[in-house]
Amino acid sequence: MPEATVPFKIFRYKQGQNAGHYDTFDVPIDEDTTVLVALQTIRRDQDSTLMLRHSCHHASCGTCAMLVNGREELPCVVNVLDLRSSPVVVEPLRNIPLVSDLVVDMTDFYARVNPADRPYVRHSEFLPWAQTPDGIDSYSRFENCIECGACVSACPISGTDPDYYGPAALAAAWRVVEEPRGRQPQQALNWVDNEKGCWRCHVAFECTEVCPSGVDPGGKIMALRGELSKQKLRGLFGFGRR
Amino acid sequence: MKNFHALIVGGGGTGAAVAHDLALRGLRVTLVERGEVTSGTTGRHHGLLHSGARYAVNDQESAIECIEENLILRRIAPGSFEENDGLFVAVTEEDVEYSHAFIEGCAECGIPAQRLTAAEAFRLEPNLSAETILAVRIPDATMDAMRLPLRFFASAKSNGAEIKTYTEVVGITKRGNTVRGIRVMDHATAKHYEIGADIVVNATGPWSGQVAEMAGVDVPIRPSPGVMLALRGRLCNMVINRMTPSGDGDIIVPQRGLSVVGTSSWVVDNPDNLGLPKDHVQRMYDEGAKMIPRVLDAPFRAAWSAARPLIGERKADAESGRALSRTFKCFDHADEGVEGFVTITGGKATTLRGMAEATCDVVVEKLGLEAACRTRETQLLPFEAYYT
Ligand SMILES: Cc1cc2nc3c(=O)[nH]c(=O)nc-3n(C[C@H](O)[C@H](O)[C@H](O)COP(=O)(O)OP(=O)(O)OC[C@H]3O[C@@H](n4cnc5c(N)ncnc54)[C@H](O)[C@@H]3O)c2cc1C
Ligand code: SF4
Ligand code: SF4
Repeated sequence: MPEATVPFKIFRYKQGQNAGHYDTFDVPIDEDTTVLVALQTIRRDQDSTLMLRHSCHHASCGTCAMLVNGREELPCVVNVLDLRSSPVVVEPLRNIPLVSDLVVDMTDFYARVNPADRPYVRHSEFLPWAQTPDGIDSYSRFENCIECGACVSACPISGTDPDYYGPAALAAAWRVVEEPRGRQPQQALNWVDNEKGCWRCHVAFECTEVCPSGVDPGGKIMALRGELSKQKLRGLFGFGRR
Repeated sequence: MKNFHALIVGGGGTGAAVAHDLALRGLRVTLVERGEVTSGTTGRHHGLLHSGARYAVNDQESAIECIEENLILRRIAPGSFEENDGLFVAVTEEDVEYSHAFIEGCAECGIPAQRLTAAEAFRLEPNLSAETILAVRIPDATMDAMRLPLRFFASAKSNGAEIKTYTEVVGITKRGNTVRGIRVMDHATAKHYEIGADIVVNATGPWSGQVAEMAGVDVPIRPSPGVMLALRGRLCNMVINRMTPSGDGDIIVPQRGLSVVGTSSWVVDNPDNLGLPKDHVQRMYDEGAKMIPRVLDAPFRAAWSAARPLIGERKADAESGRALSRTFKCFDHADEGVEGFVTITGGKATTLRGMAEATCDVVVEKLGLEAACRTRETQLLPFEAYYT
């Protein structure tokens, strides 16, 4: 049962056009409708050419990240009525090249994350109330970062300096330091130890603020700086290595 | 050898695996997907790399397929699974009764199964219901529903396959009774164009009836959705299954920082209009809590639906009585008088590689080629390679 009709004001752009524009669609909404489902409804019933990325529908794949009312969100977990806004404004991520409509090109994003060589799985946390299980040394689980690009979109430095590695790539580098799983932590540290890397960040944590997956990229950048500073101090006092 | 051009419609896991398989066999491959890759059923499934145990009593053919593919995927896609195994937990006397047939079935299918006492099970998974009487450990695992297929796409691309997203098939071109290609709409440029092909593979899952209709052939399909519920926090590290013949809300799959309870089943007309029945979501809580009571107080993250293709009987099959497999369906529409068009549908995300192998065997045979499948032993590229 639709409970309301909510207007969606959506950024539109097709390749070859000079500029983007906004289209508005009225969408029937019930109490469970997410922004993602509303966008799919538009695509199904009103305009099949509306382009968006989506896959898992539960905040685990990271593909659907976009701006909802100007803020980086995963529309699959944003309830429309909770927004209490009319219209709901939907736009593609910032600081990532636009393909069309709400779709951005993640090539550059992955090219930046890749050099960290972060493994995809890590130790799973033990539940705080659990005993360490016998017979299993350690459970593993997928990394928190879902490569959604929200942090890059929100980062003012990524917006002004195209050479900056950006928060997601730096967080991936810290992951390698934290839990190498056969990778080379020193390589990751050397990679970020420059003015395109962790020293470029201005520490305002816009990235951490919007990360939908609890990665805390800003905090991870600080951790990289801390580790590099420690190493430099040790070098200064002649203790070459740990 | 002529460089045959195979065109695959549908960029879910099945299409991805077919593209990878045919590219390895040396064909020129183009895949078209109307949205982002894995934007259909594939991205939205439960994320379980089946051990096959779920089917060990009622459908042993599926069970054997699952355990074989489970082992192959771990080998060709290392690093892509939460390899924590799974438990089937018995919480009622009826469940215990079923456990005997279950353990026997696993043995018959070659699925390693280890019976655990309740105390042993609690040591592995302390959140299990206090009602737990016994558990059986089996080699289930968690997969990333998108990133595993991405490895097939990435590998296909590196072997020359072209993957065209936001490219929707709007028509099938034929000369006489032979399919010669497709007509597509490119949503990025808002332009229509045609692509020619020596063979077209319809891998559009619950949409395969719609695409088959464009070619004038029969794929009698009803989309059958299921509901899933994602909760915040890892309530378990292993996949937790209820020791029953399959039912609603009988599996909890931990994944990343989430626990996902699924699933249910009903039937709809349009795979683009699934809905999210409230009573089904409630059933996920109720049934999930019988295995892990904390399901009831874990914070909500998301609830959604995904559709399986439920296949009725085709006229041609009823007449010939032959089917390539019971566990998935591969139709060579030559039996309806249409050449150059093959449909692959059904199956599971776990068996994507095996489904592709069977389909591609049909494809090369139709083209008169001799090219053996090489996907069993070819390690897949990392998923990131799809984008870079
Ligand atoms: C609720 C549920 C839970 C499941 N859980 C599991 C699980 O835990 N483990 C497991 O192994 N399996 C699971 N499965 C099964 C698994 O999800 C499917 O077998 C698998 O994802 C099917 O993939 P596919 O590529 O065949 O179909 P799809 O992923 O649906 O791909 C078809 C693609 O075709 C595209 N398409 C449609 N029409 C057109 C067109 N005209 N032009 C171009 N492209 C088009 C669609 O956009 C879509 O991306 C589950 C299924 C359901 C429904
Ligand atoms: S804390 Fe650093 S990386 Fe994060 S948004 Fe600010 S400048 Fe960018
Ligand atoms: S760090 Fe967070 S915001 Fe950035 S890409 Fe990863 S999940 Fe998204």
